[in-house]
Amino acid sequence: MSLLSNTGALLGKELRTEFRSRELLMTTVIFILMVIVLFSFTFDPTSAESRKFGAGLLWLAFLFAASLMLQPCFLREQTNDTLSALRLTVRDPFAILLAKLAANTLFLLVTELLMLPVFAILYNVPVVRVFGQLLLVFFLGSLGVSIAGTALSAISAQARMRELLLPVLLLPLLTPVLVASTQVTAGLLDVEPFLQWKGVGFLAVFDVVFLTALWLFGEYLLEE
Amino acid sequence: MTATDQLQIDRAGIRFKNIEKRYGSLFALRRVSLDVAEGECLALAGRNGSGKTTLLRIAARLVRPSSGAVQYTWQGDEDCATPRTGFVAHATMVYDELTAEENLILFARLQGLSSPAALAEKLLGEVGLDERRGSLVRTFSRGMRQRVAIARALLQQPQILLLDEPATGLDPEGVAWLAGTLRKLRDGGCTLLMSLHGESAISALATRAVRLDAGSIVADTQQGAEMHAILEFAGG
Repeated sequence: MSLLSNTGALLGKELRTEFRSRELLMTTVIFILMVIVLFSFTFDPTSAESRKFGAGLLWLAFLFAASLMLQPCFLREQTNDTLSALRLTVRDPFAILLAKLAANTLFLLVTELLMLPVFAILYNVPVVRVFGQLLLVFFLGSLGVSIAGTALSAISAQARMRELLLPVLLLPLLTPVLVASTQVTAGLLDVEPFLQWKGVGFLAVFDVVFLTALWLFGEYLLEE
Repeated sequence: MTATDQLQIDRAGIRFKNIEKRYGSLFALRRVSLDVAEGECLALAGRNGSGKTTLLRIAARLVRPSSGAVQYTWQGDEDCATPRTGFVAHATMVYDELTAEENLILFARLQGLSSPAALAEKLLGEVGLDERRGSLVRTFSRGMRQRVAIARALLQQPQILLLDEPATGLDPEGVAWLAGTLRKLRDGGCTLLMSLHGESAISALATRAVRLDAGSIVADTQQGAEMHAILEFAGG
């Protein structure tokens, strides 16, 4: 019970601070928008080409945007040493990680959903028919990115060369998520859309395994 | 009645047993053994880098010692693994993007305290920030932030209060207010462990003083050293 109530209180704090600063959402929205617009004008793809390469482009943009978003996740807590205050206060440290993870997933998902119509218009790919299934893939993919990213953000925040460390660690670790998410999304953007349950299952398993690892070892990630 | 005008609380003490803390080859603390008795007000003095902050962070369980152990002695709630501990550190440990009131409500909720809003209002009144309770902390001066930090540390009526140079950023009026607040806490039975630089209205509250040098205890009033000498040396 205290885990859930603490997570709820901390998630509220994350949303409130982001609502006031708008740092993370603005950064990621602008980054993804730039990637989508630049590629659209550079390659001027046909609808068939967009269906083929669009999913990969979309997930690469999401992944790089996520690495930008995840960087300040724990760095913010170092400004006034608020992480120490949280560690002193919260009985289960997993609540700190869970709240960060929930906030990161939510921010990433909101960004993706904001960018989806732009992608659909610029690349001439209909997404309305498969919106529900795309939402499922975006959620599972974003959750995987956020779980691994939150853990690595906690580690890298206490390291030297932290700005470099997070992307270096994050990108190889997230390759399986990126591949699975791209394949499932590509299937949904096809002329005859289909949902690759195998890919969805892989994403779900990845999320469960990494979430369990975070629960088991999270306490050590927050130690000085 | 205010949070600091509290009734006698369940007392608690800390026992450091052969604490050693190494950062690579650097020793921050060398086999420090120290008993802080229940209700004692102990001043830790020493030059920068002598190990005061490390010892306080180990007492707060924020840093794990390389060897040795910290034990707590207390009466009261046996369901808790440790006594209620408040910590006022160098950094304010509050969120700049939240208001003073939101900060206190957040930490009160995280501690599972009842009526967080009423408690926050009461504490902000006590620290003299009731008129600025709705202002973002980032708009505060250093002294005002320190008052919020102290209010946060007092939320759960701590049995042990750890203070790392608590007068940082406070003006003379603020120091006098802090000394008064700490006096009430000490008289109520709260154990105080504080690092200080030099003599002040706050050091005058100390019932015992210890001087650290290069991670070791080199003087203790309990071993016959003079309080004035310990505090004055650290200040100079």
